Amino acid sequence: MRRLLLHPLVTAILVLILTAPIAGLVLDGYTFNLHWQPPLGLALTALILHLVINLVRAWRSAQGGAWSVTHGPIPVPSHPALLRTFRILLLLSCLVLPFLLNKYWLTVAILALIYVLLALGLNIVVGLAGMLDLGFVAFYAVGAYGYALGHEYLGLGFWSALPLGAFLAAGFGVVLGFPVLRMHGDYLAIVTLGFGEIIRLVLNNWTEFTGGPNGVRVAFPSLPGLEFSRKAKEGNIAFHEWLGIDYSANHRIMFMYLILFLVVLLIMFLVTRLKKMPLGRSWEALREDEIACRSLGINHVTVKLSAFAMGAMIGGIGGVFFAASQGFVNPTSFTFFESALILAIVVLGGLGSIPGVIIAAIVLTVLPELLRDFSDYRILVFGLAMVGMMIWRPRGLVRARRPVFQGRQG
Amino acid sequence: MEPSILAQQAVNGLILGATYGLIAIGYTMVYGIIGMINFAHGEIYMVSAYLTAIFLAVLHFFGITSIPVVLIVVLVATLCITALHGWFVERIAYRPLRDSNRLAPLITAIGLSLILQNYVRLSQGARSQGVPTLLTGSFVIPAGSGVIQITHVQALIIVVAIASMAVLTFIMHRTSLGRACRATEQDRVMASLLGINTDYIISVVFVIGAAMAAIAGVLVSLNYGSFDFHIGFITGIKAFTAAVLGGIGSLPGAMLGGLILGLSESFFSGFVNTDYKDVFAFALLVLVLIFRPSGLLGQPLVTKV
Repeated sequence: MRRLLLHPLVTAILVLILTAPIAGLVLDGYTFNLHWQPPLGLALTALILHLVINLVRAWRSAQGGAWSVTHGPIPVPSHPALLRTFRILLLLSCLVLPFLLNKYWLTVAILALIYVLLALGLNIVVGLAGMLDLGFVAFYAVGAYGYALGHEYLGLGFWSALPLGAFLAAGFGVVLGFPVLRMHGDYLAIVTLGFGEIIRLVLNNWTEFTGGPNGVRVAFPSLPGLEFSRKAKEGNIAFHEWLGIDYSANHRIMFMYLILFLVVLLIMFLVTRLKKMPLGRSWEALREDEIACRSLGINHVTVKLSAFAMGAMIGGIGGVFFAASQGFVNPTSFTFFESALILAIVVLGGLGSIPGVIIAAIVLTVLPELLRDFSDYRILVFGLAMVGMMIWRPRGLVRARRPVFQGRQG
Repeated sequence: MEPSILAQQAVNGLILGATYGLIAIGYTMVYGIIGMINFAHGEIYMVSAYLTAIFLAVLHFFGITSIPVVLIVVLVATLCITALHGWFVERIAYRPLRDSNRLAPLITAIGLSLILQNYVRLSQGARSQGVPTLLTGSFVIPAGSGVIQITHVQALIIVVAIASMAVLTFIMHRTSLGRACRATEQDRVMASLLGINTDYIISVVFVIGAAMAAIAGVLVSLNYGSFDFHIGFITGIKAFTAAVLGGIGSLPGAMLGGLILGLSESFFSGFVNTDYKDVFAFALLVLVLIFRPSGLLGQPLVTKV
């Protein structure tokens, strides 16, 4: 009983002391204004939260032990027909979606798909191979700037930039991967973070080549011979004339959405397959125990490098699409926060779970748009979610399903 | 090259390095004891800068203007509240995950640094804040044809940095608390078998690290005068670089790494290029981690099966 009530009270007092100066005394030049509500509110929240946690714990132990939490892998569901119908319906609705949305929501949908790509890429490195990459945004930047600068200096179009950006990013992935092969956990995280920041700072400071903070303009994608403008240039046909419909600025964005959607499907297919292939299995095995893997003859160099290269490639593709959809890139899009956001998506989706990561990416891009009024609290909530997830649901909201091979009974 | 300019850059570098070293102590001690990087440490430093400004404003409000009193009160108050933040970080991000895999505490720490950053931004506003100039005046030392200028705040930084290192070394080597810390660092299981409350010791280490960051926060705020809620990230990484450079886990190493980083950064921005000074620091970090991960004074890590 003492624990139940006294500890939350102590917590509340500590939170009050902790938050009183920062949240309660707001600086105004060299003086301050007193705001007594925020610290009291925070202390009260802490009190209630701790009390609830204690009550749940007490109730659980009164129930005689923990809830029947199922440990171990969840078998793959065995409703192939139902699942297939569901998937086809989902696919169709995603294909129809652009025709129902207005321009604003189309842009949001494209952004969501880009984050799906990024999350799928980071998921390979962090979720499957277990290497905490805090500089993933570097590959995103390489893809985006690869397209932007390729267009600026070499006159590359979207379709040549897409594979080129992907390969360029994969190359960067391998270059980064080599030196960090021997590193684990924290050191790896720091080196990748440093790498990501170096890329951003170089993009920001190398003004003659990258335009520095002013950024670079990027061309919108088009099809060979077709253009998404009201009036086509000499020798080309405008898209709306080709189809014989009225001009709409949305066509370009819809087109963008559809290509992006197809690419996301392709990557999803690729990653799902890779996960079941020996390479994917080695990634996961390496995550669980590197020493055991190496003694069983898995070449950790190629396995790790392939994870880095695959992740980076997908990140690079995401970057090319980002540049194409924005029509403009500058270094502020590639800060550490972006890396942290992608990491938050992967963590919330459940490290390693592909459907979970996709859902998390969509939720985390669409939800802030719906909750515009609370946009100030967005990052705070991300942080809270990251902490909460790791403590209470470390396997993510959607647990990764693993095939289970059951021994024959009897 | 004018020798006085060179010497001036060296002085600036040493002062910068002393603050890096103070912050690096938090990284190095935490790494020494639980083998993990405290990603939220940079934000702790940022919080201490805000606390400095707030306590200065509060003292000014109560009409206390005697400079030694103000300095001591601000230092002590900031140190206490920042240390509490350090304890809070450990309690939330590290203790519940003591037995989980290595990735989980890293992620909670990143989450917590996002939380701290945005908690400060939402409470105090996004614009940059400042502290009034308390100490004016400087020592001028003639050197060659020019002069070297050391402001009183810079002199204070050096004195306080040396004093706090001395106190910390005393605590770690001469008190039972320090002995318990070192024992836990060597072997946590064995230490707990011998009756040391290792959870408590780990909390103490976080608190000491935060207190050191708080000292750095007070001193840097007094020196530069302005800061915003972003400063924790870049300073944190640089301090971490210092910790790695000196050999993570080693206290003198943290200070040495800080001084080397501060000096080289000061010379780099003074004589090569200011725009790329952060790139230089990051590149140094990456290179040290690749070629000499044990640092200058650290012991190489042996992986046991």
